[in-house]
Amino acid sequence: MIEVQNLTKRYGATIAVDHLTMTIEDHHIYGFLGPNGAGKTTTLHMITGCLAADSGNVKIDGYDILRAPLQAKSRIGYLPEQPPLYDDMTPEEFLRFVGEAKGLRGKKLRTAVDSVMERTSIADMRRRLIRNLSKGYRQRVGIAQAILGDPATVILDEPTVGLDPLQVTEMRTLIRELAQSHTVVFSSHILSEVSALCDRVLILAQGHLLAEDTPEHLSAHMPGLHRLIVTVRGEPDAAVSRLRQLPDTTVVILSSTGTETQIQLESASDRRESVSAALAAAGIPLLGMTLETATLEDVFLDLTRSETSEEFKEEV
Amino acid sequence: MRAIYKRELRSYFTGFTGYLFLALMLLFAGIYVSIINLTNAYPTFEFTLYNMDYVYLIILPILTMRVFAEDRRRHTSELLYSMPLRLSSIVLGKYFALVTVLAIPCIVFCCFPAIFSLYGTVNLMTSYSSIFAFFLMGAALLAVGMFLSSLTESQVVAAVLSFGAVLLSYLMASLTAYIPASAYHSLFYFVIVILLCAVIIRFLTKSTFFAACCAIVAELLLTILYICKASLFEGLFAKFLSALSVFSRYENFMAGLFDFAGLVYYFTIIVLFLLFSVFSLERRRWC
Repeated sequence: MIEVQNLTKRYGATIAVDHLTMTIEDHHIYGFLGPNGAGKTTTLHMITGCLAADSGNVKIDGYDILRAPLQAKSRIGYLPEQPPLYDDMTPEEFLRFVGEAKGLRGKKLRTAVDSVMERTSIADMRRRLIRNLSKGYRQRVGIAQAILGDPATVILDEPTVGLDPLQVTEMRTLIRELAQSHTVVFSSHILSEVSALCDRVLILAQGHLLAEDTPEHLSAHMPGLHRLIVTVRGEPDAAVSRLRQLPDTTVVILSSTGTETQIQLESASDRRESVSAALAAAGIPLLGMTLETATLEDVFLDLTRSETSEEFKEEV
Repeated sequence: MRAIYKRELRSYFTGFTGYLFLALMLLFAGIYVSIINLTNAYPTFEFTLYNMDYVYLIILPILTMRVFAEDRRRHTSELLYSMPLRLSSIVLGKYFALVTVLAIPCIVFCCFPAIFSLYGTVNLMTSYSSIFAFFLMGAALLAVGMFLSSLTESQVVAAVLSFGAVLLSYLMASLTAYIPASAYHSLFYFVIVILLCAVIIRFLTKSTFFAACCAIVAELLLTILYICKASLFEGLFAKFLSALSVFSRYENFMAGLFDFAGLVYYFTIIVLFLLFSVFSLERRRWC
């Protein structure tokens, strides 16, 4: 478990991380989400001890990262945004070096290195120089380095940046596999990735934690975002005038071909029943209806827009 | 520490830096041995080393420039910081690797006096103690260069800084002859040195208040000392500068003396700059 309390970091006059408090529980995949410059990397750097905080503290399984760095650091594996690799070594040599630095020796070291190479599928490349590896493989070596020594928590900073679509899929599979035996925290600014992988989302903007919840909860709590697309037979006028009579609903005509009309309704709650009843009462044939609930994208945009974020924080 | 030491040592010999360093050291030694000891038939290897000590100016920066600067540029410093390692063991691991590389040519040098002794009378004691002193001086300069490398992420800047520092130390002995010896001048130079130190402290700690306090306290003490006993200051600055000359300490060994104070001096420099390197690494986490 990682406890972060009142973490603050200033770079000159700008505050990168501002009194951040959060808890990362064991056995979850956490998505650390935020626009560029939100303070994600700075926060991860402080959690892993690469950077010292101006104030506040970080505890890993109860060990303070600055006061008991060795115990704290042996419980986390970290892959920074740029995989920290020595180009003049082969993955096997590099992992042996990291393993030894993490205190593994002899047979233990050999089996640990073999097992992480197996898990990250880099065993075929073990004798090539890291310099000659593709970006995807370099990232894998980076992850192998992080999980070496079996730390309880693995922290990955933007692990899919710069990978091609196939490599991104492979990386996501790898992250899911890692989550079976480790707590995984990964940062990203790609929303679909976070909603596909995580069971917890932390949203960060301008150094503040804006929300912390499951992706489903965040979407469900999103106000004013039940969007209904209704397709009806015939001209729009009759249908629109009928639907406008529904309370608290905005109605917009999306398209009309003369024989078919598509209308969008936005309301605070699910209005499917009242819409179908109203149309049936007016004798307008209903051809189709789709309900779009808020995606994580909507939540994210809404939260990071500063004027609305405060109210939403209270509501959540 | 062992892991860092092994990796560093290996890295000198997977690239060309280690070989370049060895080749240059042995080349220069070879040239001077053939001129001084073989052609002119002097049995003193210490004289050879004395003549080639300027080699350190050129080739030590080759070794030290990449020590920390490279880690910073390649982002492997983040790996070092996030692994369960003490900063002191990172510094020591890297330093011992440097010293090991330096030890290789010094071990080769040990063959020369032994070979000479086959053909005449050689004072082996002075020869070997001078090789040891030569090695120790190199080790002290390596500690300085390593510290300078920890200040920057550019290898070129690290090399230039390191070259500058070694050059200054090399010239220091001759420069001191031109320093006015009067107490008043000494005071003036010390005031400037304290101000410079304050600027460095400001740079290292990022605290103007702390640096200003240090400067004020130091200047006050200096002034009080000057008022109480001005005669103490006569020629003091020249003495202070010659204390910074790493090379002049070495001359005693060349003259056949086993200078115990010199050994202490070199060890002090090594310990001091290793500590500075640890501080410098720690400081980098704070900004």
